[in-house]
Amino acid sequence: MQALTNRAKPVDRRPMTFMEKIYLPAIAKGMGITLKHIFQKKETVRYPEQKRPFSPVFRGLHVLNRDAEGRENCTACGLCAVACPAEAITMEAAERKPGEENLYREEKYAARYEINMLRCIFCGFCEEACPKDAIYLTETFAPAHYKREGFIYGKKDLLVPMPGEKK
Amino acid sequence: MTIDWFFILEKILLISGVLAISLIVAMYSTWGERKVAGVMQDRIGPNRAGFMGLLQPLADGGKLFFKEEIIPGSSNRFLFILGPSLAMMVACMTSAVIPWGDTLTIAGRTISLQVADINIGILYIFGVVSLGVYGIMLGGWASNNKYSLLASVRAASQIISYELAMGLSLIALLMMTGTLSIKEIVEQQRHSLWNVLYQPLGFLIFLVCSFAECNRTPFDLPEAENELNGGYHLEYSSMKLGFYLFAEYINMFISSALMSSLYFGGYSFPYMDSLGLSPNLTTILGTVALFVKIIFFLFFFMWVRWTIPRFRYDQLMRLGWNIMIPLALANMLITGAIVLYRSTH
Amino acid sequence: MGMSLQQIVFGVLSIISIISALGVILSKNPVTSVLCLIVTFFTIAGHYIMLNAQFLAVVHIIVYAGAIMVLFLFVIMLMNLNAEIEPQKRSWLKYAGAISGGALLLVLLAALREASVSSLQPGAVEIGLISNLGKTLFSTYVLPFEVSSILFLSAMVGAVVIGKKEGHES
Repeated sequence: MQALTNRAKPVDRRPMTFMEKIYLPAIAKGMGITLKHIFQKKETVRYPEQKRPFSPVFRGLHVLNRDAEGRENCTACGLCAVACPAEAITMEAAERKPGEENLYREEKYAARYEINMLRCIFCGFCEEACPKDAIYLTETFAPAHYKREGFIYGKKDLLVPMPGEKK
Repeated sequence: MTIDWFFILEKILLISGVLAISLIVAMYSTWGERKVAGVMQDRIGPNRAGFMGLLQPLADGGKLFFKEEIIPGSSNRFLFILGPSLAMMVACMTSAVIPWGDTLTIAGRTISLQVADINIGILYIFGVVSLGVYGIMLGGWASNNKYSLLASVRAASQIISYELAMGLSLIALLMMTGTLSIKEIVEQQRHSLWNVLYQPLGFLIFLVCSFAECNRTPFDLPEAENELNGGYHLEYSSMKLGFYLFAEYINMFISSALMSSLYFGGYSFPYMDSLGLSPNLTTILGTVALFVKIIFFLFFFMWVRWTIPRFRYDQLMRLGWNIMIPLALANMLITGAIVLYRSTH
Repeated sequence: MGMSLQQIVFGVLSIISIISALGVILSKNPVTSVLCLIVTFFTIAGHYIMLNAQFLAVVHIIVYAGAIMVLFLFVIMLMNLNAEIEPQKRSWLKYAGAISGGALLLVLLAALREASVSSLQPGAVEIGLISNLGKTLFSTYVLPFEVSSILFLSAMVGAVVIGKKEGHES
């Protein structure tokens, strides 16, 4: 069979020479390598103080967007749930009542909107599927929880806060 | 016979001092081990508890104290507790015959910085070290777990095998120095060259064997995690596990002290007597020199651990019986011939 | 109290050694037996030290407690002997054991009665030291010493022969 690359090296099967058999030179060489590493640059990132920058295309936790007047964009069309390959998104639609026009932009809105972050693969298909620009992936990741329930993010976790309102 | 109370007080102070120092050194060896492992792998190592992680051993100790203590129901309760206690006791006993320094003169009294200068110091160490295996064997057997038993059997056969080569390599040194007292061996090196220059092969054998005796990598088969689920202390938890782990570090400390004393001049350092310092200051400097040597050897133990992979069991036995013992015998023969030649000429 | 420090130490050591020696034969569990035997060896080493034979004491510990008993323990642990597995001994075996043990005791007593123990001089602290012992072994007792080394050699050869045989068959 022809080699794919020219990097393959035949294994040296010659019997060991005396110097190789006494192992000590090899051990000394190995110890030299480890000693050298003491003085090399440390790769550790001291996490809470020092954070690695995310890549610009990083896809993290989702948010549900509001428009400029603070109304929820989502109209509970369900396209994101259909697009989701991991079936992480569930929602329940509800009709907008009169007097709620300042809360929801369209006549229909998501009364319940949940994403299971343990199922989500952060592919971003929901973001692409959304016709209303309602869902976006941000640059944060899901923090740890003691229970599985903690990873099911509801509307209150996902919605961006109202302008001027603390989350 | 009047009892010299000052002598007894002095010895009690010395014993507690030596014990405290060996415990502290063992404590900080755990920190050092993790730090050395870190820097050799381009990491930092513990750095959260205190400055540079210096409080890490305290945190570890506290953790071990507060862990739940589990004694398996099917174990032999008495032996299960005896095992780690024996390991710890034996580890602490060895420090008695190591000369930590020359004599101090305080208020007209000459105080020797050695707990007991017995004339068979090296044999004493051998006796104590050969008992060290009981802690491991009893613990492993009493756990009533096949992995523990296998590990303890491994440990016992390993320690017995390497004890032989260790003893033979020391016999060559004893033929050269003509004494079994460690203090005298150190004093001889004070006035001439270090023994390692006369006994390079003997030192090498002793070094390898002390790695095996301390169950350190590359000979840490009794604790081979990937084969034995953790080794002879598999069933242990809480401070009893702590005792086993601690005993290993104390053993490391003691064998470093022993290697420094037997082969690297102990508390003596070059130009010790020609500096013209006061005897007390020289003694203190000598103790410092001894500790520098010990710390180097401790570092060496760790350095080797993070460099060389573990031996396979048959390789370990072959190295011990087929290589180390013949080498030690040859070393003994050559040394004997040279000693004989020099005594007749 | 007319007892000196040495007598007190001797008494304590002797009591411990007798108790632990009884433990060896009376305990049901073989591992406990071995541990009792180790304690006995330690007390005997203590007796050696009291007789100013430090070298003998240390060698006794190294060889018996440190090596031989480890192997004993080894074998017992691997065979995992305990009271349930152990075959029931017949009663005549017990009587035979008692009688032969008693006979041995009698012989020992008779031998000890004849032997005169030379009393130790208080000044003879040097007698058990390694240099004196070595000189005696290599001058007065050189022949028995060397003969015993041949005994060890033959034991080693025997071990090698047994080991070799196993290797061929497998």
